[in-house]
Amino acid sequence: MRIGVITFPGSLDDVDAARAVRLAGAEPVALWHDDHDLEDVDAIVLPGGFSYGDYLRAGAIAARAPMMQDVVDRAHQGMPVLGICNGFQVLCEAGLLPGALTRNGHLHFRNRDQALRIERADTAWTQDYEAGQRIVVPVKNGEGRYVAAPADLDRIEGEGRVAVRYVEGNPNGSMRDIAGVTSENGRVVGLMPHPEHAVEDLTGPSTDGLGFFTSVLKAVVSA
Amino acid sequence: MPRVVVDVVLKPEISDPQGQAVLGALGRLGHDSVRSVRQGKHFVLEVEGTPDEAELTQIAETLLANPVIEDVELHLPTD
Repeated sequence: MRIGVITFPGSLDDVDAARAVRLAGAEPVALWHDDHDLEDVDAIVLPGGFSYGDYLRAGAIAARAPMMQDVVDRAHQGMPVLGICNGFQVLCEAGLLPGALTRNGHLHFRNRDQALRIERADTAWTQDYEAGQRIVVPVKNGEGRYVAAPADLDRIEGEGRVAVRYVEGNPNGSMRDIAGVTSENGRVVGLMPHPEHAVEDLTGPSTDGLGFFTSVLKAVVSA
Repeated sequence: MPRVVVDVVLKPEISDPQGQAVLGALGRLGHDSVRSVRQGKHFVLEVEGTPDEAELTQIAETLLANPVIEDVELHLPTD
């Protein structure tokens, strides 16, 4: 099982994402945004950071990188794609996920351990959890407020596209406490919190994040 | 060289905490007559030849603005 981790100029968490992939039992494959070669990976992780310095809008320029065209094509064919933090912003800007991420409601960068509720335990990246399960992973963002027009939010909720929700406090003013969403087919997931920072007792608040990376192993096998 | 101006603002239904922070500062400075502030982006593009409205509309709507949350206004040269 080979899982690609794409590095953009300004990515920060690509090494941690690759580490999480390895701890889950897969082989991480380092990919560079400016290439056009997905190297036959089975799934893709878009890591956190500040690609292109968040210029224009967070994730906007990375979403137009050469490799992202390949990612969009493969995602439409069913390849699992996970976007974390800046990677989530990139997936929204690329049109693979609904909604958008904007400046936090309180205008401050927020960095803390965050409780989440898994709303969808049947996506490619969450099937090792139980629906309704509470997990704790770090969250750290300045532009993490999930927004969409009210009618779009109703549609997103109605279609069951909310994959993960903030509980016990909303760190950034995200509408309806939405922390992460999924594509219609459950293969593409994006979330602002960082499961890749919660995969080992030594360095994280829990090991709750590892489930994202073990889930996809089964998703690829069953595809 | 012709200049094309593109203004981008958040849609009315999307809250704008930065604009609200500016409004709060204006209130503290005594400018009580300002009732609302919406912050946006202003792009100035210098374009070779005659601006192609269709191409510029595409640029504005697919890169300069995110149509999920933002409205965009294109101002072509009037001369």
